[in-house]
Amino acid sequence: MTLTQKPVAPGLFTWPTGESAPLRLIGSQCAACDLVSFPAAPVCVRCASDESTERLLADRGTLWTYTTQDFRPPSPPYDGPRTFEPYAVGYIELPGELLVEARLTEPDPDKLRIGQHMRLTLVPYTVQDDGTEVMTFAFAPAEEETS
Amino acid sequence: MTEAVIIGVGLHPFGRFAGKPALDMGADAVRLALADAGVTWPQVQGGYVGSYEVANPDAIVGRLGLTGIPLRGVFNGCATAGTAVAQAARAIETGEHDLTIAIGMDKHPRGAFAADPSVAGIPSWYGQTGLFLTTHFFGMKINRYMHDHGISHETLARVASKNFRNAAGNEKAWRRTPLTPEEVLASPVLNYPLRQFMYCGPNEGAAALVLCRADQAHKYTGTPVRVRSTALRSRRLGAFEVQSPSFPVGEPVDSPTTDASREAYERAGIGPEDVDVAQLQDTDAGSEVIHMAENGLCKDGEQERLIAEGATEIGGSLPVNTDGGLLGNGEPIGASGLRQIHEIVLQLRGAAGARQIPGTPRVGYTHLYGAPGVSAVTILST
Repeated sequence: MTLTQKPVAPGLFTWPTGESAPLRLIGSQCAACDLVSFPAAPVCVRCASDESTERLLADRGTLWTYTTQDFRPPSPPYDGPRTFEPYAVGYIELPGELLVEARLTEPDPDKLRIGQHMRLTLVPYTVQDDGTEVMTFAFAPAEEETS
Repeated sequence: MTEAVIIGVGLHPFGRFAGKPALDMGADAVRLALADAGVTWPQVQGGYVGSYEVANPDAIVGRLGLTGIPLRGVFNGCATAGTAVAQAARAIETGEHDLTIAIGMDKHPRGAFAADPSVAGIPSWYGQTGLFLTTHFFGMKINRYMHDHGISHETLARVASKNFRNAAGNEKAWRRTPLTPEEVLASPVLNYPLRQFMYCGPNEGAAALVLCRADQAHKYTGTPVRVRSTALRSRRLGAFEVQSPSFPVGEPVDSPTTDASREAYERAGIGPEDVDVAQLQDTDAGSEVIHMAENGLCKDGEQERLIAEGATEIGGSLPVNTDGGLLGNGEPIGASGLRQIHEIVLQLRGAAGARQIPGTPRVGYTHLYGAPGVSAVTILST
């Protein structure tokens, strides 16, 4: 059976991904002051310029902070599965770009630590009644680089 | 400029009051404040009313008397009550009114706030995927703070235990069962490192303050409390704030709390070392720890020792949240900051009963923080 998948929102990350189109978050860069934004921002919050260019963000960074979500968030707006599985969220620092908030693939706080290397991935955060998996971006612990 | 003083305070209990509308709770708080000030409703010349849930909070005049005065609804997230008192004081200071009122009331449903992200200027996917929770911010902020400044889980538990103990001695508080730090640490994690008994909950309640010109206070009271300054600030680019899908890297930027605090001290001509008693936004135990430093009351990291030594207890050198804070009282948003000021006024009058701090307190401090990155500070003195 082939699972159907779709992104939670258009313009958030590259889709569909493949060998020629690796997964990246889609941000923007202000044409006037170079501020990088995510999600892509039509108006710059630093200089108010309304001119920007698309910028694909780095797919690796370090974990700046994190927490866990151990109870089902109120619905709406949350539309995850009725059977709740705790998950973690954090801010990942993409050096020279920004800190981005995302779900983390590792839900156990004891297996997360500030400064940890993380890489971008996708997770099916919910499955619709027709079986379609709805995908959102997440960060997963990456292999530690040996220093 | 004319100075504003508080001559009357009124507090409806915080908790759950099935069948009682927020407007009725607000009217009760107003009547208590008027009686405390020794004035009647027709003497009030104008005011500010804060609420999140009441669509037209100025409708409270229907419960009090249709005297035709200007009554303005205000809303500023969890800083709503700080905004109401700041505007009421400003109306005195600028000479618009001689006698004015600040009112706050709310009646929130049970559980965490659920809202449409789009009304906060945030895309829908942020809510759909389970990122749109204010509690995430508080968990992540204290987790990073503990990492940077050596704060322990035990310190968070001590803060919660202290606030529940203070609430137990406050007949108008909601959560009045004392809990030991061990019991707090045994409660389930909701957002690591924060546990169930480290969080406040939305609930119901109301509060009101009557203010007048300082030069007329003698007509009403022998114990006026001076509004030395108010300050309200919003987030700056680069600060780590609630409900932020991302924020820029770079040099750390002070929080709106630090900005508001600095401005309030400067306008009051009062420094953190002069503060005798403080009411800080303790949405969670970690927030109280962080807000001690962000309001200039200690340096980052000193909380670990100060809290272990009992400095923030009622009998300590820097009592914080003597009435139980938000942890003990819950948070009806519109009323929360006026509840804080109510407590400070009682403390400065020496009328706080069993939870009265020792000595002769002269300066009290109140602070609010909320979404989407707004903070209000009020400094009061005898």
